[in-house]
Amino acid sequence: MSLWRQIARGWTSLTRPGAADNDVDREIRHYLEEAEVEYRAQGLTPDEARRAARLDMGAPVAVREEVRAQGWESVVRTAAADARFAARQLRRAPGFAVASLTTLALGIGASTAIYSAVKPTLLEPLPYPDAPRIITIWDRLPDGHRLEVTFGTYREVLARCRSCSALAVTRPWQPTLTGADEPQRLIGQLVAADYFRVFGVQPLVGGGFDPADDRPGGRPSVVLGDAVWRRVLNADPRAIGRSLLLDGTNYTVAGVMPPGFSDVLAPDTEIWSLLQYNPALPPNGREWGHHLRMVGRFADQSSFDAVAADLDAIARQPLPSFPRPGWAAVKNGFAVSELQEDVTRSVRPALVAVMIAASILLAIACVNATSLLLARAAQRRGELAVRAALGATRPRLIRQLVTESLLLVVLGGGLALLFVRMGLETLVAIAPPGLPRVDAIAVDAKVFAFTFGVAVVVGLVVGLLPALRASRSALRPGLQAGARQTTGGHRLLRRGLVVAQVALALVLLIGAGLLLRSLNRLFAIPSGFDSAQVLALKVHVSSQRFDAATIHQRFAETLAAVRGVPGVAAAVLTSHLPFGGELDPNRYGIQIESSANDPKARGSDAYRYAVSAGYFRALGIPLRRGRWLDERDAADAPLSVVISESLARRRFPDRDPIGQRIHVGPENRPWYTIVGIVGDVKQASLAVTETDAVYVTTPQWVFADSEVWIVVKMARDTGVSASAIRQAIWSADRNQPIVRTVTLDELVALSAAERRFALVLFQLFGLVALMLAATGAYGVLSEGVTERTREVGLRLALGAPRRAILSMVLREGTWLACTGIALGLVGATVASRALTTLLFDVSRLDAVTYLGVTVLVLGVTFAASAVPAWRAARVDPSTTLRS
Amino acid sequence: MKEPTTEVIQGTLDMLILKTLSLEPMHGYGIAKRVEQISRGVFKVNPGSLLTALQRLERAGWLDAAWRQTENARRAKFYTLTRTGRKELDAVTADWKRRALAIARLLDAEG
Repeated sequence: MSLWRQIARGWTSLTRPGAADNDVDREIRHYLEEAEVEYRAQGLTPDEARRAARLDMGAPVAVREEVRAQGWESVVRTAAADARFAARQLRRAPGFAVASLTTLALGIGASTAIYSAVKPTLLEPLPYPDAPRIITIWDRLPDGHRLEVTFGTYREVLARCRSCSALAVTRPWQPTLTGADEPQRLIGQLVAADYFRVFGVQPLVGGGFDPADDRPGGRPSVVLGDAVWRRVLNADPRAIGRSLLLDGTNYTVAGVMPPGFSDVLAPDTEIWSLLQYNPALPPNGREWGHHLRMVGRFADQSSFDAVAADLDAIARQPLPSFPRPGWAAVKNGFAVSELQEDVTRSVRPALVAVMIAASILLAIACVNATSLLLARAAQRRGELAVRAALGATRPRLIRQLVTESLLLVVLGGGLALLFVRMGLETLVAIAPPGLPRVDAIAVDAKVFAFTFGVAVVVGLVVGLLPALRASRSALRPGLQAGARQTTGGHRLLRRGLVVAQVALALVLLIGAGLLLRSLNRLFAIPSGFDSAQVLALKVHVSSQRFDAATIHQRFAETLAAVRGVPGVAAAVLTSHLPFGGELDPNRYGIQIESSANDPKARGSDAYRYAVSAGYFRALGIPLRRGRWLDERDAADAPLSVVISESLARRRFPDRDPIGQRIHVGPENRPWYTIVGIVGDVKQASLAVTETDAVYVTTPQWVFADSEVWIVVKMARDTGVSASAIRQAIWSADRNQPIVRTVTLDELVALSAAERRFALVLFQLFGLVALMLAATGAYGVLSEGVTERTREVGLRLALGAPRRAILSMVLREGTWLACTGIALGLVGATVASRALTTLLFDVSRLDAVTYLGVTVLVLGVTFAASAVPAWRAARVDPSTTLRS
Repeated sequence: MKEPTTEVIQGTLDMLILKTLSLEPMHGYGIAKRVEQISRGVFKVNPGSLLTALQRLERAGWLDAAWRQTENARRAKFYTLTRTGRKELDAVTADWKRRALAIARLLDAEG
């Protein structure tokens, strides 16, 4: 009952303050009337009686305030009054408000956005049951490079690995769905029957794949993703057993995956079907091609180390019952990694670096806010002194100042939420293409709570510091000196903060500088081809529709149509494109007829390109010796191959390669005669040095590639549009699906996407940090000048030259900058360690970068201190001394 | 000579109010007068403290308050002791007596 009364009375008093006041007033009035009556009864005149009653009571307003000051509602009331007052204060100092709010919002916003983006990728387990038990298994090249496994290797590991509870392989598959509306291309994966067991996720509807179907001639079946089930089958609850016409074959729907399921190995996948490879492992079939990704889940009682040891033993001890061809002998052991580590491999270094940058930015924002609040508190010492003199108690002053800084932080946090939204969208837009789980990136409430919490703590501490100092010393010096001088400790703290700002900015800028130099070095490397004015269109080849000869004929017509577009200089075909991705499954062992028994020669790989005549000229790849491939190298002509310069140098150190014969891939394939040597071309990226390549003509290769690139070289400065090319392709083959359109320049740029991503953020943050540091230095110096106006005036009056005054302030600025730079340099030598993997051909202690950034920071802080220095030098002694 | 203090002993105002109201419901001025009369002028109650205390005791649920007509036809806020208020009065009275007795004993002790 009493609790209820507390709440109810407090509430009434808050919501209807007039009524509550009125109640107290009436009670006071009644008290006075009674007292007056009493005094008159004692014989006083009415006037005397009234005065006596008043005297007993004291001021009625004071009594009312005393009564009203108790109860919880008065705490709320003062807090609200404080907040209102704080808001008024902010409005009165718009410069300060805007500066602190922007800094805080930027710091909180940027770090929240980045942590939110990084969290689902690096920090959270993948969305599968017991996800840390899922591993990926790769074959390994002698140089340690990872290589897709063959189906034969998978069969052997499946049979021998005891610590694995499920094991599967997968490769991309892009079937074209026909039958219903217009044909559409689906993004899929061909998998072994156990694939979903590895992830520990079963179809929501349907039983999934029947392992008995996973063989040549087995029933074709598919498992659908939730999205495609809704899109194609209109979320039909009886979808199981329905059939879909894919690439001309009827596939039975065997299951539908749950809505949240996403295949991190191939994030866009929406349909899965069985590999249906031959378990008898014919020696020259696709079963022995390195093109499968292997994933496994290890058993509950096993561990990562145990399964890695198990796989290592399998690799090292071949069994007669599992024969291995030379190129799939797993001589270098398996590369085993956790699934999460595997899929984040390419982006991890960039994300970690960016996360560090975001933390530094948050730190800078907090330092900056602290510095601004301190400056503000210094300006208001006079006001605080007056308030204290008028009777404000110390807790009351502290509460007011803390309310002010908290209000700032809360407003900054609100503003930051807007930044987070925009920031995340930008991040996703500029994120490197290898970033897995992009769909899972969203504003994370917990992350926001964390960064916001950091800012709140800073706001509290920073609000408390000047409040304590102000309330302690408020009365005495503040009033006396009219807030002219500041205490020494306070100045020291603010200088320390400026030093910290300069140091942190330097660290970020050095990071940016190192990345910038890496990218410059990287793009200074010749790619070996001319990427200017080249457009590439990746097209899908539906092998079910036509036989190989018809396919070649069709593409010849398509190329002719493209060449007919005005402005097109050349149009060629290639199975792969440098920087086009998916190169790994395209590496083949090369054996030379004349050194077949040389053990050194085994296991050396080269990238294989199946190209049409004119490919080299279209890409500007120079011919070194012999001849180019041309129309002579048709399907029925003697097999010819052109090799890269590096391959020629390495494998034919002592003789002329022209005329020699080589195998590309399995030994039972035919011999190709080397007819020419061309210049080296960078294949996977500018940083990777492997350039060994062999080129054959499309009709002379053993199979038709399922996807090929149409490469179009434009004549200089003719704006041929991609859509004109696409129209030309469709004019030749109406149903030709075009998977991707990209310029070769874009492909090259994309190969450094992770570095560029990190660079963009480091540059942005570094510049913001430098700006804040400069503002900080300017603020503390000009405040110093203002405080010392009288001193400067005195000095000038006593005959000090203006130059001396100028250099006095500049010296102070330079001292701040140099201390900050020294600390920052030390910090950078440590922090740059996080960047090591992102750097290319640049030491993380690169002297040029360190020197350049030092000069930049020094210059900017010098400029920032020049303004107050100039102001100090212009002080007029006669006016300042008189004031 | 020093003027004798008439301030209510700290912490006893609540008890005095409760005791006064245990005799009959009363308004603020009446309570102040009654305390003065019964203590024969030893205690004078400060109006500000009294009204503050009344509001606090009312919120605690020891008193009920209602506006009523006085005998001289004025409207006044009358306070009534509630059941929990009476219990509180008993408790503090017992406590006070125990302590007052102890103090009296200490002061009367002869060296």
